[in-house]
Amino acid sequence: MQLRRFLILAGWLVAGAPASLMAQTYAQADIQYGARLYAEQCTLCHGATGDVVAGVDLRANRFKRSTTDNELRNVISNGVPGTAMVSFKFAPPELTAVIAYLRNMRDFDSKTTLIGDPARGRVVFEGKGECARCHRVNGKGPRVAPDLSDIGAIRTPDALRRVIVDPEAQLRPANRSVRAVTQDGKVITGRRLNEDTYTVQLIDEQERLVSLVKANLRDYGLIKGTSMPAYGDKLAPDELADLLAYLLSLKGL
Amino acid sequence: MMIKRAILPLLLAAAIPYALHGQMSSSTRLVRAADEPHNWLTYSGGYSGQRHSTLRQVDATNVKNLEIKWIFQANSLQSFSATPLVVDGIMYVTQAPNDVVAIDAVTGKVFWLYHHSASPGRLCCRGQVNRGVAILDDTLFMATVDAYLIAIDAKNGRPIWKTKVGDASSAYGMTLAPLVIKDKVVVGVAGAEFGIRGYIAAYEAATGKEAWRFYTIPGPGEPGHETWKGDAWKHGGGSVWTTGTYDPELNLTYWGIGNPGPDFNNAQRPGDNLYSDSVVALDADTGKLKWHFQFTPNDPYDYDSTQVPVLVDANWNGTPRKLMYFANRNGFFYVLDRVTGEYLLGKAYTEVNWTSGLDPKGRPVLTPQPAGQTTYPGPLGATNWYSPSFSPSTNLFYLSAWENYGQVFDPGDPVEFREGQNFTGGRLSPPPGAPAMPGMQRGPVNTWHEGAAHGVVMAIDPKTGTKKWGYEMHDVTTSGVLTTATDLLFVGGREGYFHALDARTGALLWKVNVGGETAAGPMTYQVDGKQYVAVAAGHSLFTFALR
Repeated sequence: MQLRRFLILAGWLVAGAPASLMAQTYAQADIQYGARLYAEQCTLCHGATGDVVAGVDLRANRFKRSTTDNELRNVISNGVPGTAMVSFKFAPPELTAVIAYLRNMRDFDSKTTLIGDPARGRVVFEGKGECARCHRVNGKGPRVAPDLSDIGAIRTPDALRRVIVDPEAQLRPANRSVRAVTQDGKVITGRRLNEDTYTVQLIDEQERLVSLVKANLRDYGLIKGTSMPAYGDKLAPDELADLLAYLLSLKGL
Repeated sequence: MMIKRAILPLLLAAAIPYALHGQMSSSTRLVRAADEPHNWLTYSGGYSGQRHSTLRQVDATNVKNLEIKWIFQANSLQSFSATPLVVDGIMYVTQAPNDVVAIDAVTGKVFWLYHHSASPGRLCCRGQVNRGVAILDDTLFMATVDAYLIAIDAKNGRPIWKTKVGDASSAYGMTLAPLVIKDKVVVGVAGAEFGIRGYIAAYEAATGKEAWRFYTIPGPGEPGHETWKGDAWKHGGGSVWTTGTYDPELNLTYWGIGNPGPDFNNAQRPGDNLYSDSVVALDADTGKLKWHFQFTPNDPYDYDSTQVPVLVDANWNGTPRKLMYFANRNGFFYVLDRVTGEYLLGKAYTEVNWTSGLDPKGRPVLTPQPAGQTTYPGPLGATNWYSPSFSPSTNLFYLSAWENYGQVFDPGDPVEFREGQNFTGGRLSPPPGAPAMPGMQRGPVNTWHEGAAHGVVMAIDPKTGTKKWGYEMHDVTTSGVLTTATDLLFVGGREGYFHALDARTGALLWKVNVGGETAAGPMTYQVDGKQYVAVAAGHSLFTFALR
């Protein structure tokens, strides 16, 4: 059957294709974060060079059971029963980073410092970066901008780096501000929490939860741009690296 | 303008009506909840536990014009057992087991949702349910099925602190709405069916640090321990799973305590088994026991006393007194003096044959039924967790109850405690001739009909304990009761109907089929001059207002 042969071929392409067929780029920040996590969590068994376990050479991307990134995720998250490979409780961004590192171990340049020191990063966050003027962390700070208490558990290093450097381009739609004008001319601006065809729910600049019925508004729309500065030019590379390290350390309760 | 309902912080909002008196803290606001009837600030609507509202827009003449304004569909197949809070136009409610949702009380649209992933392997509770949150200033408090108390920012839904109250792997868990008193959050643990030793505990609202703990099963050296023999106290049960009440003048907080463990084999735990099946009065600052009253000593019937103790100031035989009305799962309505715990009245409100009556101190004269004979009420009780109501307008006490409900109890062999194993002992069977029994929950089809029990909403005259009227349902009921100053009574049921009755006569004024059983209490609130009535049924929350 032609169809059957086609299905087998298609199945091989999806499940059995070598990693090289699945061209994927890994962000430098993720790779470096992964290197840090690898050093903390993986070297005990796999060694710094990745070839200590017999039959496994992480640097050469030679694994016993995994080909795709998803398979690697499964092995790392669930372990391999009956072997020394235990399960690891990594947050999703950490898992992404570890895999990014595994895929790039051979060429990894440990001299690059995209991720610095979290303690120094906190100083940047609260000082020069003025991040704490809008963002809240662990119950301290305003609620106008998104709360960052668990940002390190939900965003990859690269995603964080990109939004810090160029927020205008990277800001998520949900974090964009809106401006509403009521029939009597009152202007309400705030960050959207929820929206549908007829209503919008937001937290306004006075940190009030506000629900608006669109039919009752004179004017309503997205505010172009963002009040978040682009930090690409405002912070030195090492400051940026420290800030990133601090944000990655915020894992929530 | 109707379009904007901005929410001020509790402090600011409180400052408006009382601006001349200076700023009030919001714990004072909880004490004076009656001054802001448009809000619903605690589980029962106020510290007294009366579940009564002075809102007057909906009354007997217009109640037929109620229509659904919005529905919140929970993303959960667990029973929706929560009473929402409403604070200045924002509703805070839980989605079982442990998500908190902030909802615009006018449109039903969600501002934020906080999700708690309960520990895997937890054992508590019979239902993975939650009865709601408590609030202080801008902080919400939720008790979880895996025995954490979590403080959550009311504005953005972020956790502030998380405190372990008990060990979930040893079956400690929580399903109740916490009670905020001054600067503390009071909760209690459940899990008696797995042999826990229960307690009520208070935590600092600001930090989550434990302030005091009262064991519902006293340990060696504590008063009441002599009512246990040997090591039975160690797994003595005494769960606390329904929110208590509070008298700010006395600074006493009142909590109903659950059954002793094992549930059905009382020979295994000789003695009165304090403080199981009791109500306790605790100093709110220290957790010290002021008094207790035990309804069912050495209980073999699972007569948890986890009903809401309702606090009423009224004349008793011509003298003004601070009273407590308590409709118990064991089939009796009690009146106690809540200053001293003195027993004033006890009268059966439904069929009872486990006792021939109460002695002058309120202690039951036991009449255990012969093997194979039916005991009334059965183990799910003449009433249960569903909230009662008291109306200062009618001076009547209201509750949902089960009538003609009994079961055959067999204590069985002594049951050995094993961590994580069921610790109920005994066997239950339907009464002779009844093919099936009502269970904890109802499916879409009523298969047992009138064979064994039916539900009733009843009004009791608390002066005498006599039944004033009863509104009977075909099926049993698990709905709480709400009354209003316009003498309306709102109640759901297992059949899926939400009713408005005349609180004076019990006459049906309005009903709507909401398609699911109610296992929570209705509540009411007002925003922008419009009164709403909300009730959970099935897996959704329904909100009504006049057309």
